[in-house]
Amino acid sequence: MLQLDDIHKSYATGSEVEIEVLHGINLQLRRGEFAALIGPSGSGKSTLLNLIGLLDRASRGRLLIDGQETGSLDDSALTRLRGSRIGFVFQHHHLIPAFTALENVMMPMLVERGRPDDEMRERAATLLEQVGLSAQAGNKANQMSGGQQQRVAIARALAMRPSLVLADEPTGNLDTKSADSVFALMREVNVAHQTTFLIVTHDARLAARCDRIIELVDGQIVSDKSPV
Amino acid sequence: MTPWLPFEWIAATRFLREGRAQSLLIIVGVGVGVSVIVFMSALLSGLQSNLVRRTLTSQSHIVLLPQEEIARPLRDATLGPLLQKQAQRLRSIDQWQQIRSHLSQMPEIAAVSPSAAGPAFAVRGDANKSVTLIGIEPEHYVRIIALNEKIVTGQLLLSAGEAVIGIELARDLGAGVGDKFSITTSNGATDTLIITGLFDLGNKGVNQRNVYVGLRSAQTLLDLVGGVSSIDLSLHDIYTAESMALRITRETGLQADSWIKTNAQFFTALNSQRISSNIIRFFIGLSVAFGIASVLVVSVVQRSKEIGILRAMGATRGQMLRIFLLQGGIVGLLGSFLGSTLAWFFLAAWRTLAVNPDGTPLFMITVEPWLFAISAGGASLVGILAALIPARRAARLDPVVAIRG
Ligand SMILES: Nc1ncnc2c1ncn2[C@@H]1O[C@H](COP(=O)(O)OP(=O)(O)OP(=O)(O)O)[C@@H](O)[C@H]1O
Ligand SMILES: [Mg+2]
Repeated sequence: MLQLDDIHKSYATGSEVEIEVLHGINLQLRRGEFAALIGPSGSGKSTLLNLIGLLDRASRGRLLIDGQETGSLDDSALTRLRGSRIGFVFQHHHLIPAFTALENVMMPMLVERGRPDDEMRERAATLLEQVGLSAQAGNKANQMSGGQQQRVAIARALAMRPSLVLADEPTGNLDTKSADSVFALMREVNVAHQTTFLIVTHDARLAARCDRIIELVDGQIVSDKSPV
Repeated sequence: MTPWLPFEWIAATRFLREGRAQSLLIIVGVGVGVSVIVFMSALLSGLQSNLVRRTLTSQSHIVLLPQEEIARPLRDATLGPLLQKQAQRLRSIDQWQQIRSHLSQMPEIAAVSPSAAGPAFAVRGDANKSVTLIGIEPEHYVRIIALNEKIVTGQLLLSAGEAVIGIELARDLGAGVGDKFSITTSNGATDTLIITGLFDLGNKGVNQRNVYVGLRSAQTLLDLVGGVSSIDLSLHDIYTAESMALRITRETGLQADSWIKTNAQFFTALNSQRISSNIIRFFIGLSVAFGIASVLVVSVVQRSKEIGILRAMGATRGQMLRIFLLQGGIVGLLGSFLGSTLAWFFLAAWRTLAVNPDGTPLFMITVEPWLFAISAGGASLVGILAALIPARRAARLDPVVAIRG
């Protein structure tokens, strides 16, 4: 479902110097895969995730989602594709504080359809129930724990029934217990809906529980294997 | 979330509500600006219409006079006395009856009233006053100048031998309703008149000078039998007076003086007042716009992560743009409501404070609803324009940079 061919990414720093952060990434993810992306800090994990999530464009190389080449799409087409196919979970700043948990989960649907309706409200409620937060539906972000916020973020990422969920250190800010339950939740969704997951993590223990571990060092994939 | 509201409205109102203190402060800021504009505009238009009304209580909108005779030689010193004597002789408007019926048919003209007027002396006992004798047809004249409403004692009765005079002249002559005085015109004609009513046209000069009699009596006294010396017109739209005057001169050859021309100085004053208040309005609008813009610029920076997340969720640049434009518009609109309310209180306070010694208001201010409507629309527009720069920043924000924060 996802294919990267020789992806390069450079950043312009200062006036003329360009630093290449990713040096030719080749990667394929199949539907329903549950993969971990690991590597030292600064190795380019977030950069790669942003490229896959169509938040940024590669300097070179091809990126295909469900067979569709994305390099030639314009901004609004990328935005639409991103909205409908891809869900994001970030480490920090998860939710929009002006909205309740339920409304945050509705947000991707609202953004796409333009106006709230009962159907999206029901779907959001169902998702909150799945992540075990029905009781917190009316809470704002500052009225929930970090683990609860991250569960809401996962529910939100799933709202559009994306085929791919990208998570950048989703448990980075959580204690072990919350991290475990958030991780378990993603796994459940993966199994139930065959949703593909690509999870950046520094937690070797959690990485070991994925189907596949991709290791990035200095902008190159140095190993790509199943955990033992 | 209100079910029917579009996403942009929901987000805009939520963002404003969340940034409570900021939103409130800027709304108050806009409100103060709008209140000053509304208050000033109401005061100014009240003042103007009041001045106009006061001016027009004793003046007609257009006065038609006979074509001026070659006036220039008058200034010649040697020939002066001779020609001046000639000019003093009252001239009648040729074929005034036809002109009158022609004018009466013009839709722009509300009323037509001929009069025969000339200088005279009013004498009673020792008192001898120089006056203007004006012969009118009361039923037509009152549609030009509401003399009937300005009678303070007696009645507006102008049969032969009857006259209505101003309160000041009555005092000068030491006469009241029912008393007699004699009138002498420059050609020596004399008559004795009985006072049937006293008027107060709110203008001391007019109250001192004008002596109203029936048209016939004046024609006889002024040696103008069958003629009139001027025709007064009243228009439906007072501000068309100047163009109507030009048109009437073209059509009839008569000299037509509009009240606008007669009061040119007064209009210059009104205009400069209007210009200076427009300048003030402009700068208030500008500072309101800068206030809104600066608050929204800060808000875009504060919300850059949320903007990034919304964009990651599929929100378009256009949606982000509209969310911030709307915030500007809403702040402007709410500010204008607050401002209108404040202005209403200012005006109420002004009404109780700005009074004559006898407790009557200095002048009436009527606030027309459109003033509030315009200020609401204007403030929203200013808000949206002010939001343009911050909104574009929000729309252009790179989600990657925003999320990396
Ligand atoms: N906008 C940018 N401009 C310049 N350099 C950048 C930019 N974004 C990232 N980089 C550089 O790219 C490299 C990879 O960054 P990236 O955030 O992808 O690392 P990471 O693997 O996610 O690290 P971490 O584990 O600390 O999150 C870093 O050296 C970083 O400084
Ligand atoms: Mg990172």
